[in-house]
Amino acid sequence: MSSIAAAWRRLPWWVEPVSVVIVLSVFGLYSFAIVSFLPGEYKEYLSPFYSPPIPHPDWMPDFITAPMFIIWMPLGFRATCYYYRKAYYRAFFWDPPACQAGAQEREPRKAENYRGERAVFVLNNVHRYFLYASFVVLAFLWYDTVLTFFPGGSFGVKVGSIIWLANVVLLSTYSLSCHSLRHIIGGNKDCYTCVRGGNTRRKLYNGVSRLNLQHPQWAWFSLFSVLLTDIYFRLIQAGVIPDLTILG
Amino acid sequence: MSEGNGNNPGGVTSKAHSPVPDEDLGKSGKMAKLKIFRGDAEGGEEIGYEIPLVEGMVVLDAVLAIQAQQAPDLAVRWNCKAAHCGSCSAEINGRPKLLCKTRVEEYDGGEIHVGPMRAFPVIKDLVSDVSWNYEVSKGIKPFQSSEQAPFTMYEEDVERLYEPKKCIECFMCQDVCHVLRTHHKHPEFAGPRFFVRNQWLEMHPMDEADRLADLKEDNGLGFCNITKCCTEVCPVDIHITDNSIIPLKERVADEYYDPAKWLMRKIRGS
Amino acid sequence: MQRDGHREGYETREHDVLIIGAGGAGLRAAVAAAEHGLSVGIVTKSLLGKAHTVMAEGGIAASVGNVDPDDSWRQHFIDTMRSGKFLNDWKMVETFTKEAPDRVYELEQWGALFNRTPEGKISQRPFGGHTYRRLCHVGDRTGLELIRTMQEKVLATDAKVYMETTVTRLFKKEGRVVGALAYTRENGKFVHFKAKAVVMATGGWGRIFKVTSNSWEGTGDGVVLGYDAGAELVDMEMMQFHPTGMVWPPGVRGLLVTEGVRGEGGLLRNSEGQRYMENYDPEKMELSTRDVVARANYTEVQEGRGSEHGGVYLDITHLGYDGIMKKLPTMYEQFLKLADIDISSEPMEVFPTVHYTMGGIKIDPESAASSVPGLFAAGEVAGGLHGANRLGGNSLSDLLVFGRRAGEGAAAYIEESVHSAEIDEGEVLHEIGRVLEPLEKKEEGESPYLIQQELQEVMMEHANLMRDGDSLKEGLGKILALKDRLPQISVPGSRLFNPGWHTAQDVRYLVQISEIIIRTALERKERRGAQWRLDFDGPDEELGKINFIVTKDGQGEVGIERREIPPMPEHLASLVEEAKAKA
Repeated sequence: MSSIAAAWRRLPWWVEPVSVVIVLSVFGLYSFAIVSFLPGEYKEYLSPFYSPPIPHPDWMPDFITAPMFIIWMPLGFRATCYYYRKAYYRAFFWDPPACQAGAQEREPRKAENYRGERAVFVLNNVHRYFLYASFVVLAFLWYDTVLTFFPGGSFGVKVGSIIWLANVVLLSTYSLSCHSLRHIIGGNKDCYTCVRGGNTRRKLYNGVSRLNLQHPQWAWFSLFSVLLTDIYFRLIQAGVIPDLTILG
Repeated sequence: MSEGNGNNPGGVTSKAHSPVPDEDLGKSGKMAKLKIFRGDAEGGEEIGYEIPLVEGMVVLDAVLAIQAQQAPDLAVRWNCKAAHCGSCSAEINGRPKLLCKTRVEEYDGGEIHVGPMRAFPVIKDLVSDVSWNYEVSKGIKPFQSSEQAPFTMYEEDVERLYEPKKCIECFMCQDVCHVLRTHHKHPEFAGPRFFVRNQWLEMHPMDEADRLADLKEDNGLGFCNITKCCTEVCPVDIHITDNSIIPLKERVADEYYDPAKWLMRKIRGS
Repeated sequence: MQRDGHREGYETREHDVLIIGAGGAGLRAAVAAAEHGLSVGIVTKSLLGKAHTVMAEGGIAASVGNVDPDDSWRQHFIDTMRSGKFLNDWKMVETFTKEAPDRVYELEQWGALFNRTPEGKISQRPFGGHTYRRLCHVGDRTGLELIRTMQEKVLATDAKVYMETTVTRLFKKEGRVVGALAYTRENGKFVHFKAKAVVMATGGWGRIFKVTSNSWEGTGDGVVLGYDAGAELVDMEMMQFHPTGMVWPPGVRGLLVTEGVRGEGGLLRNSEGQRYMENYDPEKMELSTRDVVARANYTEVQEGRGSEHGGVYLDITHLGYDGIMKKLPTMYEQFLKLADIDISSEPMEVFPTVHYTMGGIKIDPESAASSVPGLFAAGEVAGGLHGANRLGGNSLSDLLVFGRRAGEGAAAYIEESVHSAEIDEGEVLHEIGRVLEPLEKKEEGESPYLIQQELQEVMMEHANLMRDGDSLKEGLGKILALKDRLPQISVPGSRLFNPGWHTAQDVRYLVQISEIIIRTALERKERRGAQWRLDFDGPDEELGKINFIVTKDGQGEVGIERREIPPMPEHLASLVEEAKAKA
């Protein structure tokens, strides 16, 4: 693992920002295509892009599809996430692209034009509201996952149900390692022993802090897991691969 | 000689203090090659030096050896040589490093370019003028408590304050921060070091001062776009971004950017 | 009142109190003086907050009795006197042990954070020679906490800090110290500081030795400046060797390994795996006083039971990784980064390293005034508190107790007397001329680096942990020869941040101190604390009753006076008697 990290560090500085741009662009295009053009339900499965399913009102033009009413929540959660902010400020805005002297000199904007998160990006401070919203979405995803364990009404485990479970666990871990959550449950208190339930809050805070150390990993893993879950969904839906039964 | 009882006056001490002969001490026969910036505020150039490589040598050892033997007026700032004081900050191959904690061997015989911190005015050679940092420090509201020490404070409440308290003020986070280095926001932006200090002050269970308005306005917390270079260079592994800056941003958000909290305050009339 | 002005060749700055040195003592003195509404100037050779105080790791000794309620200032008094072999100024020790707890609480009041006990009090750890667990600490970076707290406290006052500025001489008028000449390291500009009182807080002089835990700054400027101004020095023969300095690799030789390692249960073993401290101090073992442990480590290596690189083994592996990261994180990092040693799984190699100077400017226990009016001293540069051997943890509380007293003393002195700080301009110009000499020599001369190196080797060889008369005399000869070479020093380059030129100033101090140390070491013909004469068998009862006082005599030479230690008053003497009866 450390040798991989060492090898990564030896690569030129622009490799990291360029990779981030590619991955985020691919994900963006993929998810746009999915929610615009493809259906989201098949047997007991619901594509993670389509949870929770809601009806499409008649008066709404067709290019706005039903899942678009939902997807802004997880999308907004990620767009305002403290980790993704780092990733896109570096990769898309080159502000800065990397830390070495040579890379920092490439920052494109004029020195005096930099506003950081004081101008339009001040909006990123709403992150906590996206966190609340993402918990609602997560609840539905858990519900969907439970359903996958009851194909045809009785308990059973298929490869698909395991994939849905893994996906929802990663998504939950990503949300539970959120900096805003860490603040809300304990970071905003100066003294735990002075408030009721302080000890519980401290323990929760420490737990979230431990998860928070790997927040970037959870961010990427959960992004890929959504992508892979949906690809699996498309493959079984199209009959390209069978959804093997493990139990039941 | 074997007994420390004075049978061999005069000869005793030197033997014990040179357990291995000095001349051979860790010499490998190889040379360390350094290119050191020589110059001042007006400019300068890199000059190459070579000195014998000694086992375990850090870049500061090499620089001091060059100073003693080849360039007596080579300016370098250092004190403890044990990574406790944070004096010998400089840039090695374009990255801020403590000279006393960076082993020559890390560079596998490759070229080692050593220069001063560039986010501050260069004085001479490896020394920059970091006095601006002390001006910022002066502007931060000091610790303030109406209670009388000794305090009753529990480990549970203060355990997260040890991390920001580790700061050795090497100012390398200030040096690498693009807000200062590239955008020169020195008057409007306090820099990572001082967010670290604000964080422990704000989270201290006994402190009563309120620094959120200062953080938002005078210290320019909003200029930080959490791109984490400061965290990458911290020699004492303070997670500056995650554990100091973001918690402060969240507290500032509570106060200034959270509509529900704002409404609550209006209703309560506070 | 601060008035700035420019004159030919130098600047003038005026303050009520000039404080030389910005370690714990200097900063505490500054706070005290500033609280009296005085104008305070602080001169430091380095940046603010980099003083040697940051290197103190283990803790600050104060009998607050949080973990051992039986502890008291009386026991702290006994421990300190015993460790100092009763050469200490007992009045200083009394003041010190009584006031130390207040100074610790005061730090907390100003924002310092110590590790806590389960009851929410300041935690205390055991240390060599302390009867009870007495060292308030925060991990192994207590010194950093102290200096950062003091630094922030000072920045919140109106005191003016002159960073990277070196003082070269004190000025006197009508017998009083009334200012100093200094130059800025950055650009070599001269500054004449006019001050009604000067507080010396420049720290020690470990740099006279090659293997030392001291930074480059430890060149003893203050003790020589005081000596030149006529101040009395005391106990100059007493140099503390810390038992545990790093040994390998060569670049880190002498770097401090905190006594906290032994405080947390670290074991010393020789190459045969034996816990040899049982042969030297079976009762206290590893937690014996520093002089004893240092000599034990030294003797083990001397007698062929040393480690691979000529040290002994110090083993803390029983704490495990988590315990070490909680209690000794800095040590873990230091060994891993600098020596590739993981101290949670392998022992460290250690050997004594020059660490501290017990002697220094003799001060009044109440006001920290030196024997020269207008000159005060505190911290390591002052002598008398620690006697023949300092207890670990006592230095940090020393800084605060006597730093505060020096600041108060200076303030009281200024209130009482009306005197001007004006001096003849010729004196200033003359001193500037002297300081510039090494730069202005056109011909090739002596290298200051080389003289410093030679001096360090002489001191290592002749005035080390174990001393003897003939060797000391030989060493004295060599030092005097070096002294003769000082006028030939010449350095290339300009006045702009020129370390060669700076070293040329330091070397003068180093040579003068070395001479004083060797001369007093020759006088103390016994084994007592840090002074261990191989040509004498043990302690000498008569010498145990005297301090050697050094002053510059009429001819400008080192004058040494034997001065009797005054008898203790009844309330202290009875404490000592009781302790003896118990033991």
